[in-house]
Amino acid sequence: MTIFDKLVQLKINDITVTVEKGKTILEAAEKIGVHIPTLCHLNLQDFGVVNKSANCRVCVVEDEDTGRLVPSCAQEVHDGMRIQTDSLKAVMGRRTNLELILSNHPQDCLTCIKNLDCELQSLAYELNIKEIHYQGEKMSHPKDETSFGIIKDTNKCIMCRRCITMCNDIQTVGVLSALKRGFDSVVATAFHLDLNQTSCTYCGQCVSVCPTGALAETNDSPKVWRALNNPNKHVIVQVAPAVRAAIGEEFGYEPGTILTGKVVSGLRRLGFEQVFDTNFGADLTIIEEATELVDRIQNNKTLPMLTSCCPAWVQFIEHQFPELLDVPSSCKSPHEMVGVLAKTYYAQVKNIDPKDIVMVSIMPCTAKKAEAARGELNKDGLSDVDHVITTRELARMFLEASIDFRKLPEDDFDDLLGESTGAAAIFGTTGGVIEAATRTAYEMITGEELKEVNFKQLRGLEGIRQAKVKIKDLELNIGIAHGLGNARKLLEDIRDGKSNFHAIEIMACPGGCIGGGGQPYHHGHTDILLKRQKALYDLDASMPKRKSHQNEMLIKLYKDFLGEPGGHRAHELLHTTYSAKERI
Amino acid sequence: MIKKILDTSTLDKDLLKQLDAYIMSLEGDKQEHLIHVLHKAQKLFGYLPQNLQLYVARALNLSGARVNGVVTFYSFFNEKPVGKYTISVCMGTACFVKGADKVLSRVLELTGMNKNEISKDGLFTVKDVRCIGACGLAPVMTINDKVYGKVKPKDVDDIIRHYRSIENESK
Amino acid sequence: MRVNNYSDLLAWKKRCPRKIDYQINVLICNGTSCMSSDSELIIKIFEKELKNRNLEAEIRAIKTGCFGFCGQGPIIKIEPDDVTYVQVKVEDIQEIVESHLINHEVVVRLLYQEPNQKDLVEKSSGMNFYKKQMRIALRNCGEIDPENIEDYIVNDGYFALAKVLQEYTPEQVIDIVNKSGLRGRGGGGFPTGLKWSLTRKQKANEKYVICNADEGDPGAFMDRSIMEGDPHSILEAMAIAGYAIGASEGLVYIRAEYGVATRRLKKAIEDAKQSGLIGKNIFGSDFSFNIEIKLGAGAFVCGEETALIRSMEGFRGEPDKKPPFPSEHGFRDKPSSVNNVETFANIPAIILNGAQWFSSIGTERSKGTKVFALAGQIRNNGLVEVPMGTTFREIVYDIGGGHPQGKEIKAIQIGGPSGGVITKDFFDMKIDYDSLISMGAMMGSGGMIIMDEDSDMVQIAKFYLDFTQDESCGKCTPCRIGTKRMYEILERLVNMQGTPEDLERLRILGENIKNTSLCGLGQTAPNPVLSTMKYFREEYEAYAYRTKKTTYSIDAKKCIGCTKCSRSCPVSCIEGTVRQPHYIDESKCIACGACYDACPVDAIIRP
Ligand SMILES: Cc1cc2nc3c(=O)[nH]c(=O)nc-3n(C[C@H](O)[C@H](O)[C@H](O)COP(=O)(O)O)c2cc1C
Ligand code: SF4
Ligand code: SF4
Ligand code: SF4
Ligand code: SF4
Ligand code: SF4
Ligand code: SF4
Ligand code: SF4
Ligand code: SF4
Ligand code: FES
Ligand code: FES
Ligand code: FES
Repeated sequence: MTIFDKLVQLKINDITVTVEKGKTILEAAEKIGVHIPTLCHLNLQDFGVVNKSANCRVCVVEDEDTGRLVPSCAQEVHDGMRIQTDSLKAVMGRRTNLELILSNHPQDCLTCIKNLDCELQSLAYELNIKEIHYQGEKMSHPKDETSFGIIKDTNKCIMCRRCITMCNDIQTVGVLSALKRGFDSVVATAFHLDLNQTSCTYCGQCVSVCPTGALAETNDSPKVWRALNNPNKHVIVQVAPAVRAAIGEEFGYEPGTILTGKVVSGLRRLGFEQVFDTNFGADLTIIEEATELVDRIQNNKTLPMLTSCCPAWVQFIEHQFPELLDVPSSCKSPHEMVGVLAKTYYAQVKNIDPKDIVMVSIMPCTAKKAEAARGELNKDGLSDVDHVITTRELARMFLEASIDFRKLPEDDFDDLLGESTGAAAIFGTTGGVIEAATRTAYEMITGEELKEVNFKQLRGLEGIRQAKVKIKDLELNIGIAHGLGNARKLLEDIRDGKSNFHAIEIMACPGGCIGGGGQPYHHGHTDILLKRQKALYDLDASMPKRKSHQNEMLIKLYKDFLGEPGGHRAHELLHTTYSAKERI
Repeated sequence: MIKKILDTSTLDKDLLKQLDAYIMSLEGDKQEHLIHVLHKAQKLFGYLPQNLQLYVARALNLSGARVNGVVTFYSFFNEKPVGKYTISVCMGTACFVKGADKVLSRVLELTGMNKNEISKDGLFTVKDVRCIGACGLAPVMTINDKVYGKVKPKDVDDIIRHYRSIENESK
Repeated sequence: MRVNNYSDLLAWKKRCPRKIDYQINVLICNGTSCMSSDSELIIKIFEKELKNRNLEAEIRAIKTGCFGFCGQGPIIKIEPDDVTYVQVKVEDIQEIVESHLINHEVVVRLLYQEPNQKDLVEKSSGMNFYKKQMRIALRNCGEIDPENIEDYIVNDGYFALAKVLQEYTPEQVIDIVNKSGLRGRGGGGFPTGLKWSLTRKQKANEKYVICNADEGDPGAFMDRSIMEGDPHSILEAMAIAGYAIGASEGLVYIRAEYGVATRRLKKAIEDAKQSGLIGKNIFGSDFSFNIEIKLGAGAFVCGEETALIRSMEGFRGEPDKKPPFPSEHGFRDKPSSVNNVETFANIPAIILNGAQWFSSIGTERSKGTKVFALAGQIRNNGLVEVPMGTTFREIVYDIGGGHPQGKEIKAIQIGGPSGGVITKDFFDMKIDYDSLISMGAMMGSGGMIIMDEDSDMVQIAKFYLDFTQDESCGKCTPCRIGTKRMYEILERLVNMQGTPEDLERLRILGENIKNTSLCGLGQTAPNPVLSTMKYFREEYEAYAYRTKKTTYSIDAKKCIGCTKCSRSCPVSCIEGTVRQPHYIDESKCIACGACYDACPVDAIIRP
């Protein structure tokens, strides 16, 4: 077979284009810059996420040879094909289908969480819909606002099924399914249970791909405003690694622009007393986690050890593998560590009653909202973290407070819980946590300085990766999985005793937190995620210190307050427990 | 203790044993047999309550949503209990053009309920079904397995009365 | 009996009881329609009578499948006298036994009477209903006991399979089917031989033969009758298909509602397995074939082949986009050939009689016969099998006996929810796949609903749309929301709340749903509306312009003044004295239709 056998030549709007066999009309059209509107279609190349249900039918184009309308997102090209993307028939087909969708839609854009960031809204704009010719019954379901992470407003659902692809195929959680059929069909949980009654992990991947406001994060900003306006409260905020690489997109910056300084100054303007860095917690997590790993290896305890900084992943194992609850590290996630320290260490230093402290986390993540509400992270009525705000919500708070983000000055985190290393920066991407831990574990085990800190073999986007890292005579067998479906495979191996890893990093979101459920919407553009990832690696490379144990404030923290890594106090404050949950 | 959202422990143990045995007897990929398992479960329990669906899901290692999605797709499966007698009025074309809609409304009138519900006395459930293949006798209705052909609205009275009287006698 | 080779089968056939071994064979219909009017009881009593009278050696009572004449059931046919009794009741048995079986005197009162003729028809072959029929797919229905494999074998059952395994390569089998011109009877009319060769071409370690027995068209029941009346023919054909495409497993996907058919198929599979006619190394060849039954659970869309496959795999029956076709990626993602029951039923006959024999029947591009289910306003309800190219007029008037009350027949709805209407101007058209498509209708599975002058075409269209929108799987936009919107427009129209613009909306929407839906259900759902709008536009306009008469009235010329109508009117708006023409006060009429049902002479005029 020659290369030419693998190529197909066709005409789109009379322009000749040559593409590989197996490509869709949409892909061929993209190649020559012909835009075809789509809605249900989603293809996150590099992340293995494809929604190919071809159900919305707004991408139809006319096949000139048959006169038929075909869905460009699903129809594969063939030799000699002639396609017209803008014939009257195609345009009318597209418009009518969009009108039909809108005829079954609430259309309350003004107060919708997706206003101005909604694929359906944009499409209505793009197709210049000024009238909806069809009226009739609309679906009517109650809104589910019971969970701590996600609001499900089914009436806004257009049945594109992207969320089902995410939840079932990618995450293998399987909380969502289409129920019933015909006009009554609906994307819902089993028996229409509230999300918080199901095995939902709150990973928010369904949210991150939903083209409409049918799935969205809970809006926690009112609670934060209330706290900020309460004179009796001392309100502290912290910012996660992945937030700084993405928030700019909400204000027109190129994806992958790191805007830490502006975020910090913006937060001060919002009225937070202290602005801490979750990266500090990340460095701390590394110390604790590396200590635990070394202990588990040296003392023949349960192996592999799984990282535990992703709460969606924790939720997943609790529901799906309740028999394996001894494999995750007992470390709390970084922001919970910062939270608990703010209410102990910082409160002590500043002599503030912890009850008066309100801890707010700015996270890329919807699962952290649910995490903050966990009983295990809640002692004597005092939560480590009180409110979690996603990247998107923070952007909205800036707008609401009339803060012109682009004009904000740069500022630095507050001391005490503000310093961080390059190791913490890469927490936001898949492979980052384990790379950071390896840097520290290496020096812990060998007592020697690690020269080459870039573990390139741990980087990349393969769903499951494995690498061997030589630490003196010990060959550390490391696994990495992102996306819960990939995690499931590794867990099944562990359950069946087929795993020979020492440590595994698991991130629920494809790509890790850069692709978190609370990040600015990528609307299906893979390159955005790649740019965020690159930004974090660049940030790491640019840092003077790149190993967590080099963090000076952290060293001081252990000396002044925590004592030994993995010691009694550290355990009490920085570690947690897990409990089996029902699978639905 | 794991918190229970839907309690499967209230399901009849003997029936579950039969269901388990059926599932055990299936060859090959058991998940592929979901629809057959649901048929069996409905046959045993009369209908498919939520906790039974969840039981099936766990038995086949599927998510609850996946099973519920299948159950609600097919009209043969009932999520609600059904009466002792299921009256199915054929609303296929042959029957429709012969006035099946009038038969159906008469049935609903006499039993005093809506479609797919269970009558107060627990005796009847009324369904409209698509062609049962006895079009030659249109309009057709069935009560459980008994087929009534060429039914006129006024015949319905006698038929329903007949079933009511059987019940009264047995009491 | 275990058949290990061809001569075993031949020997077995010789030993099987034949009809000529008996003086008289009493064929009693045990099809669904007849069973519902007590044919099972009739059979029991018959058997008892024969036993009591010690006639079992001379007379055999055979429970058969459907004769097709269901509207007149229960049916009993006496052979070799060729006498058909209709509407037989339990009370009649005694007389049939004594008069006909013992004294050889025909029971005249149970014979069938042709419309407009005084005489009763004594010979079945003389009945107009059967005269123009040609039974290939239904060849054994009403002839044999479907639960008795020997009855099938005596009629050359499994000889086609034997022939194929002995004489032909798979390619030759496909060639025969190709040359026969057989096209799929499940609706689309895709050439069966081509489908088999496409599936054969695929390289895979597993392939499947799938029999589509979902029969969803409400008002069609040919597949059911075949499975109930001649189940082995399906199994034999599936095995032949398996040999042709290189599959060793067959699956029958059957509607859950078809209890009797399922039972008979299961028994047939058991019997065929026991005899080695399916299973390992059939006829001593290295070809093995197994057949399994998969139950549906009530969803019309599962008749669509990709949805059917999803359903067989235990999922919601949502169709997938095509291509890829099942012949490439089918059941368990393996190449699969999906064929309809009636399609299969033709196969053994084609193999035994040759491609040329089959292709000599029918029209240029549609070969063989087609089974139709006649229903609606027609005298002879039932199943008929006619050569392709028969005209509507022949079916409706010659075979179907015309309208039961002699009214004018206005149109025929064909193709069920995917089809359209044929108006009386086209009744002389020769029926085949292509002529129907050109009419905006479709062969579909072969349901034919006859409508008389009183039928309201808008209501009929609305009925079908109610069906399709209810059966839509809900996956794609145009079908999920579009059919609902169309239905709502129709509802507005018939409630006199529509506007003339609604007609244009209906058309645009209908065209769009056809053009952009994902599967055949949506792509054809608007057909009943679009085709009735085309041919009966005035009926739509009457609603849209709200000029439609909605009340009942009385034809004074026909009225005999019996007073029945006035007694039945719930709002007492009918006046008149006995034996004088009655009159309806239309301002009060609520159009309940009670008077219409009550009138003995059809004097009431429907709106
Ligand atoms: C909505 C829909 C329903 C269908 N229902 C049936 C059916 O009940 N039986 C059937 O044989 N084919 C049905 N078909 C056609 C099948 O998809 C398929 O074409 C057929 O089974 C192929 O067999 P054939 O080539 O022998 O006709 C249906 C198609 C559609 C789109
Ligand atoms: S989901 Fe989009 S289109 Fe719908 S109301 Fe919200 S913003 Fe508007
Ligand atoms: S866009 Fe239109 S509806 Fe929305 S706020 Fe402006 S004027 Fe009002
Ligand atoms: S948040 Fe994650 S687990 Fe929950 S429904 Fe969405 S995709 Fe599924
Ligand atoms: S909830 Fe959102 S992602 Fe899911 S089907 Fe509906 S519109 Fe699509
Ligand atoms: S990967 Fe990151 S963003 Fe995603 S759920 Fe886990 S912690 Fe949250
Ligand atoms: S056309 Fe209708 S039945 Fe077919 S896929 Fe679309 S919604 Fe489902
Ligand atoms: S249709 Fe009903 S209301 Fe009208 S005249 Fe007849 S019986 Fe009376
Ligand atoms: S029932 Fe018919 S015949 Fe009798 S009075 Fe009424 S219209 Fe006249
Ligand atoms: S984008 Fe192609 S069908 Fe939805
Ligand atoms: S349409 Fe009623 S039995 Fe067929
Ligand atoms: S069922 Fe008896 S003739 Fe059709």
